[in-house]
Amino acid sequence: MPLIIVDDIEIEAAADANLLEVLLSNGVDIPYFCWHPAMGSVGACRQCAVIGYANEDDDRGRILMSCMTPITDGARFSVDAENAAMFRNSVIENLMLNHPHDCPVCEEGGECHLQDMTVMVGHKNRRYSGQKTTFRNQYLGPFIGHEMNRCITCYRCVRYYQDYAGGDDLGAFGSRDRVFFGRAESGLLENEFAGNLIEVCPTGVFTDKTLAKHYTRKWDLQSAPTICQSCSLGCNTYTSERYGELRRVHNRYHNEVNGYFLCDRGRFGAQHVNSDQRIPQAGQRNASGTYDPIPLEAALTNARNCLKGTVVGVGSPRASLEANEALRQLVGEANYCNGMTTRDRDMHQVILDVLDSHLNTPSMIEVESYDAILIVGEDVTNHAPRLALSIRQAVRGLSNELAGQSGIAEWHDAAVRELAQHDKSPLIVLTPMADRLDDVASESHRLAPNEIVALVEQITGALKGNEPSQAKDIANTLQKAKRPLIISGTSLGSTNLLKAAANLALVLSTKNPGTGIHLCASESNSLGVCLIDNDADTETLLAGKPDTLVILENDIDGRFGSAVLDGIGNIVVLDSLDNATVSRSTLVLPAASFAEAEGSFVNNEGRIQRSMAVFNPVGDIRPSYHLLSAIDGEAKTANQLQTQIAYDHSNLAAIKRCAPDENFRIKGSKVARMTHRGSGRTAIFANISVHEPQQTVDAESALAFTMEGDQSHAPSSLRSFTWSPGWNSNQSIHKFQREIGGPDKTEVAGLRLFESVKSLSAFTLQQETSSNLVGQCHIFGSDELSNYADELATLIPGLYARMNSATATSMGLSHRDGVSSLELQMTVLIDDDVAEGCVIYPLIPATAGLATLNLSDLKKIDDYQAPLDPLKPALITTDRTS
Amino acid sequence: MTDKPLTQNIIGFEGPTDLSRYQGNGGYSALRSTIGKTDPDAVLELIKDSNLKGRGGAGFPTGMKWSFVPKPDGKGHRYLIANADEMEPGTFKDRILMEKDPHQLIEGMILSAYTISADIGYIFIRAEYHAAIARLNEAIADAQAANLLGNNILDSDYSFRLHVHVSAGRYICGEETALLNSLEGKRAIPRAKPPFPQVSGLWGRPTIVNNVETLCNITHIVKHGPDWFKALGKGVDGGTKLFGASGRVKHPGCWELPMGTSIREILEDHAGGMADGYQLKGFLPGGASTDFLTPDHLDIPMEYDTVMKAGSRMGTGTMIILDDRSCPVGMIANLEKFFARESCGFCTPCREGLPWVQQILDKIEAGDGEMSDLDILERQSQFIGAIGNTHCAHAPGAIEPLASGMKYFRDDFIAHIEGKACPYTTGPD
Repeated sequence: MPLIIVDDIEIEAAADANLLEVLLSNGVDIPYFCWHPAMGSVGACRQCAVIGYANEDDDRGRILMSCMTPITDGARFSVDAENAAMFRNSVIENLMLNHPHDCPVCEEGGECHLQDMTVMVGHKNRRYSGQKTTFRNQYLGPFIGHEMNRCITCYRCVRYYQDYAGGDDLGAFGSRDRVFFGRAESGLLENEFAGNLIEVCPTGVFTDKTLAKHYTRKWDLQSAPTICQSCSLGCNTYTSERYGELRRVHNRYHNEVNGYFLCDRGRFGAQHVNSDQRIPQAGQRNASGTYDPIPLEAALTNARNCLKGTVVGVGSPRASLEANEALRQLVGEANYCNGMTTRDRDMHQVILDVLDSHLNTPSMIEVESYDAILIVGEDVTNHAPRLALSIRQAVRGLSNELAGQSGIAEWHDAAVRELAQHDKSPLIVLTPMADRLDDVASESHRLAPNEIVALVEQITGALKGNEPSQAKDIANTLQKAKRPLIISGTSLGSTNLLKAAANLALVLSTKNPGTGIHLCASESNSLGVCLIDNDADTETLLAGKPDTLVILENDIDGRFGSAVLDGIGNIVVLDSLDNATVSRSTLVLPAASFAEAEGSFVNNEGRIQRSMAVFNPVGDIRPSYHLLSAIDGEAKTANQLQTQIAYDHSNLAAIKRCAPDENFRIKGSKVARMTHRGSGRTAIFANISVHEPQQTVDAESALAFTMEGDQSHAPSSLRSFTWSPGWNSNQSIHKFQREIGGPDKTEVAGLRLFESVKSLSAFTLQQETSSNLVGQCHIFGSDELSNYADELATLIPGLYARMNSATATSMGLSHRDGVSSLELQMTVLIDDDVAEGCVIYPLIPATAGLATLNLSDLKKIDDYQAPLDPLKPALITTDRTS
Repeated sequence: MTDKPLTQNIIGFEGPTDLSRYQGNGGYSALRSTIGKTDPDAVLELIKDSNLKGRGGAGFPTGMKWSFVPKPDGKGHRYLIANADEMEPGTFKDRILMEKDPHQLIEGMILSAYTISADIGYIFIRAEYHAAIARLNEAIADAQAANLLGNNILDSDYSFRLHVHVSAGRYICGEETALLNSLEGKRAIPRAKPPFPQVSGLWGRPTIVNNVETLCNITHIVKHGPDWFKALGKGVDGGTKLFGASGRVKHPGCWELPMGTSIREILEDHAGGMADGYQLKGFLPGGASTDFLTPDHLDIPMEYDTVMKAGSRMGTGTMIILDDRSCPVGMIANLEKFFARESCGFCTPCREGLPWVQQILDKIEAGDGEMSDLDILERQSQFIGAIGNTHCAHAPGAIEPLASGMKYFRDDFIAHIEGKACPYTTGPD
């Protein structure tokens, strides 16, 4: 490693890093704005200036931007030199000329990188007496607020939005000191990852509207490390609460899973915790079909009394392992099933077989290092959104390679992009309908699901040297790559698709051991519950019509059709939100949401991760595992169930090690959920008593519901927020990383369950019913729980039937006609980017019944009036009141 | 052989020189004797030997600049760009060359492109130069029709396509890398160097950007050789240069003179001295973004090194004259207003720093200044004024008239502040 000298101290520096990264990694507090660890350097803000010396005799040196300075062995720098400090002070002074003095009413206040940097350089007196530049703000949709007057023109937002996330509706307009960052006109920011602007912006230009409506400063939030529940990727999040309401979700850095970014469903979907559809207390169905509220104790007794005759416990792929285990123990191993459809379970068994094999199964961040990607029928952006962001970085592999050949460092972002221009690594997309990744794809093919399977089999055949076919070119592309990657998933509901993808990866890996395969699962714990269900088939158990069903956090009615619950006497349902199954129950128990309960989840790459409770549920609401274990005995803690899981399921033994248990202490103290600056705890109840109330005790985890306790030294799986002295914003994450973009200084949160080298033989494709009526996932709409989040609900698509013109002609339909099926009315949309013969409908809870239907089940509606915007009928396009 | 090669077709001729007149005066003979006949490396050696320095302002040796272009890799296009975005206040030399003798630029570009194996050229031209745009397009068409330009020039293996690109109109597009971004359809923001355009330029390919006057010189060096070229200069730097003067001189204008002609000679012999009733107070020797010099510097020869030694830059070689009856503070405020407006808005010192400087200057000029404003101006000058402090050379250049103006005309600043008014009654026009 090269050695450099900074203010007469020798520092070991990574040769491929820039000076700013080296300084930050070595604990030097140096201010910066435009550099971002995931986006590299452009040298716009000039804030990270240091003095660089030409040689041993140079005692004057010259100003350099540390973010733009490569590392050379023996180079000498000064951060503390007076002229460097003065220069950095001047940068802030100049940035502050037009920055408003609105910190007290700014959503960013208290976690503002600009505030932190201003304090760091010591700028405090204002000498500017002129007017400030002002801008007109825009309405950017339900999630993101816009206040351009606060802008310091660091260009991070456009670099993130356009270059990193592939958005095209946010740009920089104008020049000089009047650069405007926004849209061409007011309207929804369309990119699925727009929410990251909130964290990317170093000040309060882009802020969280869902937080602003019930605003709380970071220092007053009670937070905990959580796992996102909205898809199978298991992104790490901080979920924050105050006064019993979930306030916001922030990214929690994980160097292998989600890095620095989340998708908007993950960030804004968790507001379902605050829904007015929450089930606040237990209810017993009465003779008239309505529910009588009953005390929890009585409800538990009633539930116990139902456990007679044949009992089946239906678990849930969106509930924690602990809750499923508690159900399994309550109903007995033989009567437990995981609540997935047979098709869904079969698909996940393929994923498990692949994970438990010699094939490389890279993590989401590792996906970024593959140099040729084939997407097999998976709508990544809508089904496993965060992965799409990684794919967008992977296609830049060629850019980085070209840059390397020209001696340009990867962090020199603008130079790499200027050199490589539109040169991208190959990305081949095989989907039935237009895909959001088409803009970075080298080729896209629109094929019906069974045609995709057939093409993938041809590619596999071509690799084996079979007769030439149209698949030859794709096979060649994959074969030429150093690290080819196959991506598939469950979004089209085809087991054969996953099998064909796995078979292709198997053949490819015999030719290139660097081959990888990344498969997306369905729900937050789909793989986890497949590991504890003992191969029980839910559909078989339900068909047996047991006397009693105990249903854990699962909308059985929606998932299997309402007939499955017909004729069952006792239906005990535990859930947090009202749904069709809750309405069919005889007894409903109020379950905690993810934010109110601890839980362990296995993501799509087989990583078991712990999500901690953020706050105690109010009233009678309890974590499901409490309720289930209390039906038949003492309420068990998550820790007790984890021990049980580790004992019962050897393949899940890592559950004990994936995060510290309840006994973890730092110098005798628990880990605080609140910042040490949390204010008002003695004042909140002062109208009742001026004495400080007893703080709520968390008897079940190593976290405490107070600001007391250690934070800075907490392991990452228990760290409740990112903060370091002088670094109040999330930029402080570098204080916790071993190096920029590297692993946490503490243990790695979560553990991969499968490190197997078991050889896997090719899957045999089965006869599979395949319809050309294809459901398309929607980032907003396809996830059951996030649909209950108020703001997100305005983006749920309307009912449409999308097809190309040839298909429409053959069905006698034209644009904006109506078709119906199962009493659902759908607007016909002609879109020639749909596979021939396919009709696409949105996969939302209302359309669950369409899964088993065919094109012949669609009937034309006479005199149909199409809604104005069939894709976003509920979207509010402005927040101006007339 | 002429001692005014660049303007030989211009002096004493009203209209633009068309293809037949150009060829009649020996035009395209350098091209005919070179393309397909002389090795490009040999041409490069000629240019290196001539010690031609870039006429856009920075004075970087052209041959050396070209030598950084990597050998052709056969992987894509290579570009030659004429920087004709002449927007420096007080500068109007390239305009004359393009309007009056467009073929001289075209021949120079073909020879230059041949030397660096470029296959596509652009003339990136200021939008207001309507006549030049029309005449260049006409000349390109004529040259193409005569097989002097386009595919297989003069039936050789060499092809070069040349396009006129009309700038969307920002001063910063004259910065060569901002020019490249603008040409690519992006925001006109300069690029960080390294990598240099020679390696990663237009669309990531090897690219040379040269000033119009520089490219016009190439034809003559190829034709007459480096020794002839060097002998044209009076001092160290070879060749001739288009010098100009604007302001209250008797005959503002532009003249082709030997490199190294003294400032006094330019001002007194060619510009006719100061207008009646005006005294010389100072001047910007090379356009608006150079430091002021004073009457003490009149005997300095106009060459890159000598002007640099005197504390300024030769820049474009076109002087702006400050007379004794115009307010220096007002003049500087006017210049800073231009530079603040023309900032691309990318880096902090330029984007935020220049408007602040302009506001303070306006305040002082209006009689509302305070002595502490001078401290701010000095601090801002240091903050903005050094290459390396900013993303490109725009802001350091913009600060040059201010920093030098505060040195030479400090009394004027103080008079404004103490008298609470501008002491110059006439002010600038």
